Amino acid sequence: MLHVSALIFLSGCGQVIVFDPKGPVGDANRFVIMVAIALMLIVVIPVFILGFWFSFKYRAGGRALYRPNWSYSAAIDLVIWLVPIAIVTALGTLTWIETYRLDPYKPIRSSLQPVRIQAVSLDWKWLFIYPDHNIASINHCVFPTDTPLSFSLTSETVMTSFFIPQLGTQMYAMAGMETHLNLLASEAGVYLGENMQFSGRWFSKMNFRAIAASPKDFEDWVKNVRSSYNMLDRKRYEQLAEPQAGHPVIYFSPVEPGLFPAIIRRFSPAASSAGDGAAHHGRGSLSPRENN
Amino acid sequence: MVRHITGGAPFRLGRTIDMLGKLTLSVIPFHSIIVMGAVGGSILAGLIILGLITYYRKWPYLWREWITTCDHKRIGMMYVILALIMLVRGLSDAIMMRLQQAIAAGGSMGYLSPDHFNQVFSAHGSIMIVFMAMPFLVGLMNIVVPPQIGSRDVAFPFMNAVSFWLTAAGAMLVMASLGIGEFSKAGWSGYASLTEKQFSPDTGVDYWIWAFQIAGAGSTLSSVNFLATIFKMRAPGMTFMRMPMFTWTSLFTSVLMVFAFPVLTATLFLLTLDRYLDMHFFSNDLGGNMMMYVNLFWTWGHPEVYIVVLPAFGVFSEVVSTFSGKRLFGYRSMVYATAAITVLSFAVWLHHFFTMGASPPVNIFFGIATMLISIPTGVKIYNWLFTMYRGRIRFTTPTYWTVGFLMTFSIGGMSGVLLASPPANYVVHNSLFVIAHFHNVLIAGTLFGFFAGYSYWFPKATGFTLDEKWGKLAFWCWLSGFYMAFIPLYVLGFMGMPRRMHHFTNAAWHPWLIVAALGTAVIVAGVLCLAVQLVVSIRNREINKDITGDPWDGRTLEWSVSSPPPEYNFAHIPVVNGLDAFTDMKESGAAYAEHERYFDILLPANSASGPLIGLLAFMLGFGMTWYIWWLAIAGALGIIITMIMRMSNDNTERVITANEVGTIERKRHEMISSALNNEQPLRTLL
Repeated sequence: MLHVSALIFLSGCGQVIVFDPKGPVGDANRFVIMVAIALMLIVVIPVFILGFWFSFKYRAGGRALYRPNWSYSAAIDLVIWLVPIAIVTALGTLTWIETYRLDPYKPIRSSLQPVRIQAVSLDWKWLFIYPDHNIASINHCVFPTDTPLSFSLTSETVMTSFFIPQLGTQMYAMAGMETHLNLLASEAGVYLGENMQFSGRWFSKMNFRAIAASPKDFEDWVKNVRSSYNMLDRKRYEQLAEPQAGHPVIYFSPVEPGLFPAIIRRFSPAASSAGDGAAHHGRGSLSPRENN
Repeated sequence: MVRHITGGAPFRLGRTIDMLGKLTLSVIPFHSIIVMGAVGGSILAGLIILGLITYYRKWPYLWREWITTCDHKRIGMMYVILALIMLVRGLSDAIMMRLQQAIAAGGSMGYLSPDHFNQVFSAHGSIMIVFMAMPFLVGLMNIVVPPQIGSRDVAFPFMNAVSFWLTAAGAMLVMASLGIGEFSKAGWSGYASLTEKQFSPDTGVDYWIWAFQIAGAGSTLSSVNFLATIFKMRAPGMTFMRMPMFTWTSLFTSVLMVFAFPVLTATLFLLTLDRYLDMHFFSNDLGGNMMMYVNLFWTWGHPEVYIVVLPAFGVFSEVVSTFSGKRLFGYRSMVYATAAITVLSFAVWLHHFFTMGASPPVNIFFGIATMLISIPTGVKIYNWLFTMYRGRIRFTTPTYWTVGFLMTFSIGGMSGVLLASPPANYVVHNSLFVIAHFHNVLIAGTLFGFFAGYSYWFPKATGFTLDEKWGKLAFWCWLSGFYMAFIPLYVLGFMGMPRRMHHFTNAAWHPWLIVAALGTAVIVAGVLCLAVQLVVSIRNREINKDITGDPWDGRTLEWSVSSPPPEYNFAHIPVVNGLDAFTDMKESGAAYAEHERYFDILLPANSASGPLIGLLAFMLGFGMTWYIWWLAIAGALGIIITMIMRMSNDNTERVITANEVGTIERKRHEMISSALNNEQPLRTLL
């Protein structure tokens, strides 16, 4: 616990955080950005050079060659079509490979078991449930370093987007649905966590702390949270779901089993007419895509 | 359910008795000094204008020559005036936003409440796209396309007037939301389920829906009109491959509009059913699916950005060719490139939501399709550059806008390709990087194009040229203001700052936002320059008079007629023998040939039905927004009745007799020859 709080005060590293990733996903995101910029400069730099050069050389009153009826050159036409085609082919190939590799639904390979975190966006705060640890937290997302993180996302409210810039890749959270995101932190630290999708009045308050702690610190934190009793059951959840601008950090232990699927199920058509939507369990939740 | 829909069913019987629906005196935000100042200012400005019109007894003139006109040139000018007015309104919103974000850091909450700030950015986006960019481009199309293809008017002149008045009615609805109630707080894209009644119970979203619906209907009608005009009304000899580039881009934009706008109409209709009749198309619960809204919205929304940018590309093509004194480089390439953009623009919308959980193949398809668009766009940029090559470039104001565009737009293209790659998009999506990108293409592309077109065709529409000094000053302010305001937003995107933030605590963001606010101030100076330019030019209109109708040594048919053109444009429909038809005529000496005989010309008669339909549409929208059912029904019925009456009217045309045409034409020829005798430089004849 102490270590985690100490980390909070140590935050404030690089400012251009997208270029300062702390995990393999963010690394790959940054790599694609760099390549895209580099490739596009092949087109952009000549535009600037030719723009200035032609503007000066062929200005009225200058003495450069004037050919009012010259309007076509097959060679130039070929080059100005082929160069962009070549660039897009290169970038397209990279995109193809990297999009498969960076599929947010794809578990990150590791010898360690992933830590499962179920994130629920509420107005205007984040609830993180740790189903394997039987704990939960509001606005603090604590996780171990070098361990795959398997996020399941949903929303109690409008569409939101879960994002820890320095770990890379964001993912929408939507009511009645479950989306997935796999991340990994390779360095301990306190990172900015955000909702990127505008979600109403106090959207600007909907950020959280993403705290990457060493596996041992993480275990200590879990133990600490579990040592004090603060039950998160449905009744408590309903209170949390009330709209509020931001929210102080709270830790919960234990957590009512099955709370996360229940939050998703409550929006299914069956749930509103026939109490609990147990009958719909086969379909589970409506998902943007079938689970991999 | 946690939150049940409040307010109950809208069609309860008790409500219908309530004559004013949800409208009470309490919806007028008397408590907000800022809003009341804006409302008071708008009303005062309106009253002054109305007072001046009355004082100078200009009402009959205004009614006869403008309000009831079906002349495409007048309608086009009214569109452009509407666009410029709405530009000022949208810019005011931008100033407020930038100011708020420059202040609201850390301990300070800024000067706007979140609810107010959210309305401001929603209004800014809605206005700039639908009530600034759209009227501007349709206005330019109206002024330019018919004379450019050698036509006397558009295919359906009355429908053209209806389109305009519907757009104006939509704009009025947005303006009304300033003082009566409030505007949407859910962004210009109106994502469900935030726009569902559960989360946005007040009237703001309804204002937004009806303003978009009414203006959207106008846009759909416009697109049909221009498709018919360009397909059917070209002068003899003007084959497709002899059409000027602006006409081509207008054609492709109309194709996009006719396919895209019905999607918007249907999507907003479904949202309307959700909000008014408790249906569940896009709601969180009961089987609604907000992903479907996002999908449908961008099925319109993405083609929409090409709708607004293609005509600008057309303007640049005309400007760069005219002022380089040279044929457009790679005309055929240009046409095919534009066609490719048109087709592809319907296959890329998913790049607005790569992070919604789609599988890799889906994201890859839309990512690469988006990148493909950069190929024809890149080709166009190089075509313009090679038009300048071996030209004799005259650096007029339109040329400034064009060269500024070429370079600045290529940066926007670079960030666009970056956003097109899903793995890169995952970390900058929804951030200020996206804002920087689309302002980079919409300001440096669309708006610079419109300003280039504005200064290029201003003499054609009005009969005198714009002041060059103030025009160039405006350009420099806009260009440097743009870089100051938006390069910081690129950086902020990489710093992880989300868009639409009312307040933030990250101190590292603050300096960049202050620079962006200063950049906005420079852009404001640019707008002031444009205003001064207009005043100065009107004052010097006799000095800057365009006597020949061809002030720039133009290459296309619109320059062959007087400025402003006579109501019928062409006394004799010209015969076209090639691309750059007017240049050919000038070279062969046929440009100002006098005709011996003139004929009667049929033109659309004035009609009060156009503005009436606009008024009724406003009533419909206002009534629906405030649940004033009798008003909405009266508006809808009124529109139907007006249409039926118009259709039963057989006197929709009037004749300009051969004599009148002869008088006008002979006077023009006298002016041209006296200009020659006075040794005014008539480049075209020398």
